[in-house]
Amino acid sequence: MNESYYLLLAALLFTIGGLGVLVRRNAILVFMSVELMLNSVNLTLVTFSRTIGTLDGQVMAFFVMVVAAAEVVVGLAILMSIFRSRRSASVDDASLLKF
Amino acid sequence: MSLPLATEGPPAGEYAAATGTLDLLWLLIALPLLGAAILMLGGKRTNSWGPYLAIGACAGSFLYAVVALFALIGLEDRTADLFLYSWVPVAELQVDFGLLFDPLSATFTLLITGVGLLIHVYSLGYMSHDPRRRLFFAYLNLFVAAMLILVLSDSFLGLFLGWEGVGLASYLLISFWFYKPDAATAAKKAFIANRVGDVGLLIAIFVMFAALGTTSFAGVFSQAELLTAGTATALGLLLLLGACGKSGQFPLHTWLPDAMEGPTPVSALIHAATMVTAGVYLIARATPIYDVTDTARLVVGIIGVITILIGAIIGCAYDDIKKVLAYSTVSQIGYMFLAVSIPGAGAIAILHLLTHGFFKACMFLSAGSVMHGMNDQVDMRRYGGLRTVMPVTFGCMLVGYLAIIGAPPFAGFFSKDLVIEAAFDQGGVRGWLMGSAAVLAAGLTAFYMTRLMLMTFFGQKRWTDDVHPHESPAVMTGPMILLGIGSVVSGFVLLHVVDIEAWLEPVTGTHEVEHVLAPIVVSLLTLAVVAVGVFVAYTKYAKQAVPTTAPVAVSPLTVAARRNLYFDALNESVLMRPGQYLTRALVFVDNRGIDGAVNSLAAGVGGGSGRLRRIQTGFVRSYALSMFGGAAVVVAAMLVVRVA
Amino acid sequence: MSPELAASEAVLAATSTGEAVTFWILGPLSVIAALMMVLSKNAVHAALFLAAVMLSLAGLYAAQDAPFLAAVQVIVYTGAILMLFLFVLMLVGVDASDSLVETLRGQRVGAAIVGLGFAALLMGTIASAVLQDDGTVAAVGLDRANEEGNVVGIARLLFTDYLFAFEITSALLITAALGAMVLAHKERTEPKLSQREMSRRRFAGDSPIALPGPGVFAGTNSSATRALLPDGSEAEQSVSPILTPTSGKPAAGADSEGTQSIERPS
Repeated sequence: MNESYYLLLAALLFTIGGLGVLVRRNAILVFMSVELMLNSVNLTLVTFSRTIGTLDGQVMAFFVMVVAAAEVVVGLAILMSIFRSRRSASVDDASLLKF
Repeated sequence: MSLPLATEGPPAGEYAAATGTLDLLWLLIALPLLGAAILMLGGKRTNSWGPYLAIGACAGSFLYAVVALFALIGLEDRTADLFLYSWVPVAELQVDFGLLFDPLSATFTLLITGVGLLIHVYSLGYMSHDPRRRLFFAYLNLFVAAMLILVLSDSFLGLFLGWEGVGLASYLLISFWFYKPDAATAAKKAFIANRVGDVGLLIAIFVMFAALGTTSFAGVFSQAELLTAGTATALGLLLLLGACGKSGQFPLHTWLPDAMEGPTPVSALIHAATMVTAGVYLIARATPIYDVTDTARLVVGIIGVITILIGAIIGCAYDDIKKVLAYSTVSQIGYMFLAVSIPGAGAIAILHLLTHGFFKACMFLSAGSVMHGMNDQVDMRRYGGLRTVMPVTFGCMLVGYLAIIGAPPFAGFFSKDLVIEAAFDQGGVRGWLMGSAAVLAAGLTAFYMTRLMLMTFFGQKRWTDDVHPHESPAVMTGPMILLGIGSVVSGFVLLHVVDIEAWLEPVTGTHEVEHVLAPIVVSLLTLAVVAVGVFVAYTKYAKQAVPTTAPVAVSPLTVAARRNLYFDALNESVLMRPGQYLTRALVFVDNRGIDGAVNSLAAGVGGGSGRLRRIQTGFVRSYALSMFGGAAVVVAAMLVVRVA
Repeated sequence: MSPELAASEAVLAATSTGEAVTFWILGPLSVIAALMMVLSKNAVHAALFLAAVMLSLAGLYAAQDAPFLAAVQVIVYTGAILMLFLFVLMLVGVDASDSLVETLRGQRVGAAIVGLGFAALLMGTIASAVLQDDGTVAAVGLDRANEEGNVVGIARLLFTDYLFAFEITSALLITAALGAMVLAHKERTEPKLSQREMSRRRFAGDSPIALPGPGVFAGTNSSATRALLPDGSEAEQSVSPILTPTSGKPAAGADSEGTQSIERPS
């Protein structure tokens, strides 16, 4: 058992999050998957922080959390307004921006 | 091959600097230039007094030219070089703008300002009804200024400036009635033909700079001996090309007759008396260059002889009075080229140039007077019997006529005889051929000029119904009379009173050769041939009635002559049509090849994009998939780089 | 590897057995929860699984000498952000998009290929990047960095080296809050009804009295159950049209159970 296990776990979680983004249609679930990806990256940052021996990685993870919070707030607001006008939270329904 | 001389700066001029009265030489050019500027920029406000201002400017120049002439006579070496400013100070190319006043340029200055003044006055009457009279005078002043730059400049580059300036003025004046398609076309033709010649002159200047490192007369002529034979011949031929373009010599002569579409005073001033003789001036000025290359001299002579004959032959066939005079001009300038090609005979060329300036201007003004009275008709077959209606015009024309056919003691007799004499005196086959051609052309000249006189002033009245011929006003006849007097006396005065050969000797050299034929023999021979010409014309046009339309059943030579000996056709088939085909081919290549390539590329990109845009499904998840795939590729690339 | 790291190689902190136990419990748990989140049909379940993942990660942070982040993870992510998710889920309601049937052709296959490939590549990269020849990672450990305590260390960094970024985040958060307000705000398109107008409208309509509440006299008190009228028939108007109504009649033979299930205030 060493620190690389954490990295592998993070990679696994990141991929699962990515798959969630790709296969789920509900915008809220897509959002959750994105959050999962962000979290896995945070795990990486924390692990590297430990590997290198400084706290910068943790500070970076902290910033990621802040940004994620802001992003979720705005993203969910967008979602709300889309739902309000289209009566649907499916990302496939909002597909007018095309050829 | 830049000579070491170039690095030492231009060689010291051999001309003495101008002092005293001659310090104001720039006034000669400045006055008409100022007049032109005021008239052109002043707009309609100058309509009423503008023409008088133009005449005043020209008169001022003329008066100063007279003063300057006497000042020049007083000088010991009879040259004055006035440095104005450093014009092109670029590294090794140091061109000063300066004026050179010597016997040759003084002679020209007097001719230009004198004849120019008379024609300015004449235009006052001739153009009195034209709404754009002010512009006409502005252009005339512009022409005078440019022509003075041409003859007064002390370097080839300055000469080129004037050369282009007169080209511009000529273009503007030929197309003065630009609403006539013929005039517009003629102006363009003149401009293009002149461009061909100008290229020659320009290249000649380049060659001078390359070979000698200077373009000033003093520098070039003092080093002319250093030129290799090949360079000198090339220079001579290039200068000749320039001269041919400007002077309407074979093979660039076709523009000159067409230029008669301009107002008659223009024809008289620019296309008879002054501008078209610039070529003669150029070759006379470049005498030191031609002194070292006999080949170029020979070519000049041949061109001259060919042009004499072409002009004379075509002149016999035309019914348009101005065109006849124009071809006569072409022919007479051929005489000047012939003379200037003979070593030391440059002064004779200038003499003929001066007398020609008088009598041809006189004839043109008379012709203009006739046209003025005949509703601007130019067809001589519709004239006839004008002798009694226009006595003054007739008198002036008669004097000019006698002068041009060389009847003693009129001006042409002295000058043309000397030219023919000099041609014979070259000796050998060359002398005999050129001399005979000149004599033959004198006979032809007598024929077509007699024809012109008879058809215009004698015989029955063949007028169209609506014309009411009348004598022109004094403002027109006055200059004609003055020029007529010049036509009578100028030859004798210039040759025997002033002795122009001695006067011009510093520039053109001396002409002392053994006479092949005694002068009196040449004179008698010429007179005999002229008499034959006159007699033939008399039998054809005085004994028989002149039909009002040109006869159709005529000899092939006449047909050819009526069509300018097919020179226009030649130009069209050799130059114009291939040019048009080339243009069309280029247009085709441009449309199909280049445009096609561009368009098909655009169509390809458009079609490709049309298919490619199908990828844009609008589904966010598809995009996310491709982004994810892209990220995978990036990681793969990183891995590959790392492993490698 | 920098000279500093090379020098401190001697004091490498080896992972303890306790940490290994923690990892082997929380790691698989988080992976399973993540998979469940992606695959669960119900969005609320998915949110709960995500909470499980985040709590696991908080534990892993704590195991890696990052107690502050572990706390923040629990408070901010699990507490605030996830609650926000749930809140929006409640607002949006159940939707057909929750279906797991794929509509885009080839999307699943592509996602599987790309996902597997990406995971493999990422793991390969990590392995090649951090693993040493003996299969271990040269880790310095945070013992020295956490000498004054993890929170103090992070604070020291935040308010010195990262002060500017930290201040910027405040602007970001305010902007996000404003943005959310702007986006969620709905313009009123018609004038607000006054009490008088509402009253008039009610009496002019076909039902001057209040509509029956859902679930009244019915077998259940669900808001999706229609009220029963005195004659035993179901009142159509008692349930909001956006809901899929369920039958309010007690199932035959289950009458007593149905009535018993209703909590009556005694």
